[in-house]
Amino acid sequence: MTEVKSIDARGLSCPQPAMLARQAMQKTGKGKLEILVDTETAHQNITRLAEHAGWRVTAEAQPDGITKLVLTK
Amino acid sequence: MPPTTIKGFMIRWGAIITGVAVGILAPVLVKLGNPGNMGICVVCFTRDTAGALGLHQASVVQYIRPEIIGLVIGALIAALAFREFKPRTGSSPFVRFFLGIFAAFGGLVFLGCPWRAYLRLGGGDGNAIFGIIGLVVGIVMGIGFLKSGFSLGRNRPAPKAMGWVMPVVMFTLLALLLVGPQFGRDADGNLIGPIFFSASGPGSQHARIFIALGVGLLVGFLAQRSRFCTVGAIRDSIMLRDNYLLKGVIALIVAAIITNLALGQFNPGFENQPVAHTNELWNIMGMVLAGLAFTLAGGCPGRQFFLTGEGDGDAAVFVTGMLVGTALAHNFGMASSGSGPGLYGPAITIIGIVVCIIIGLTMRDRKLGGVL
Repeated sequence: MTEVKSIDARGLSCPQPAMLARQAMQKTGKGKLEILVDTETAHQNITRLAEHAGWRVTAEAQPDGITKLVLTK
Repeated sequence: MPPTTIKGFMIRWGAIITGVAVGILAPVLVKLGNPGNMGICVVCFTRDTAGALGLHQASVVQYIRPEIIGLVIGALIAALAFREFKPRTGSSPFVRFFLGIFAAFGGLVFLGCPWRAYLRLGGGDGNAIFGIIGLVVGIVMGIGFLKSGFSLGRNRPAPKAMGWVMPVVMFTLLALLLVGPQFGRDADGNLIGPIFFSASGPGSQHARIFIALGVGLLVGFLAQRSRFCTVGAIRDSIMLRDNYLLKGVIALIVAAIITNLALGQFNPGFENQPVAHTNELWNIMGMVLAGLAFTLAGGCPGRQFFLTGEGDGDAAVFVTGMLVGTALAHNFGMASSGSGPGLYGPAITIIGIVVCIIIGLTMRDRKLGGVL
């Protein structure tokens, strides 16, 4: 079973959520990444970056306004 | 158009729409009375507001700028309407306070924030080129710190009431602007203050209150939806190869050039530009400091105001730092004037850059975003 790397980007200022996502995508190459975000800005920034890099992004709403972004490639 | 379609449209085109709106409306505000190439200048307007509150005594730059009030309330309306009003705080607020102070120092050495640097360029002011060069250098320095683990740490959710503090401050400023109370007395017993409005100079030049407020509201609303950021534009393009915000800034400059040409306000050159000086070195260095401080704080001055409308208490502390910083810059002879840098402007710029470098090197979190 492939390891799923999870990143907690909650509460971080710009551009750290997108930066962490980008680093993880580059390091992982392909597979599955899970990223927790708590702002719409981080959600949109990561989605744009990931889709541009050829990853598929799905968003799962979690309690307390948190969103889990699942990136697959 | 259904809400989801509007949202998708703004995600794709929001930055460009906001840039075009600012590029058109800012020169129009100049036409309607604002100082030259100062339709919207977030740092200058914070400075004018600080002066109106009596925090500094530079009598030519005192006025409560309705645009600033509008930026916050417009962002608040957007955040409430789209369920993005999420009060939060706790990410190194006192460090952010000092970053706000130093960002203001840097901006007032150049005579403008990134917003005004682009608007000055859009009005033909060649000195803005040096400011923008400095801005890029400062942002690149900030990127270096971010890549080596710089972080001000995570914020945490806060009670709803905390998110309303800055909007309430803005409503209070609006009331003070409309009422303009005068019950203080000077040495001769004449009524003066506590609110000061310039009788001459840039502070006396302004569009009508409700036009300026309306522009601020619209820009605040659009910018909250589009995440418009004049520092993030350069940062994301260099660091993440993401040009979404940069397209917004380019749109702003192009729209400003066209609007200024149409209004007969485009004056290409370096000499005799409005509220500007021609000292290349300190135009660059001032914006190196500002660019670095804004990057470490996570966004440009406008973005910091918009974030306060979303309930971000850390951005509110940064904004308060800018308010204090602009006042200190004038009280301590550090702000530039049309004739060049202030007496202590160069020294504080160097000190500010050193302080920001120390912050960049010492505020680190190597485990940032680690595996859950």
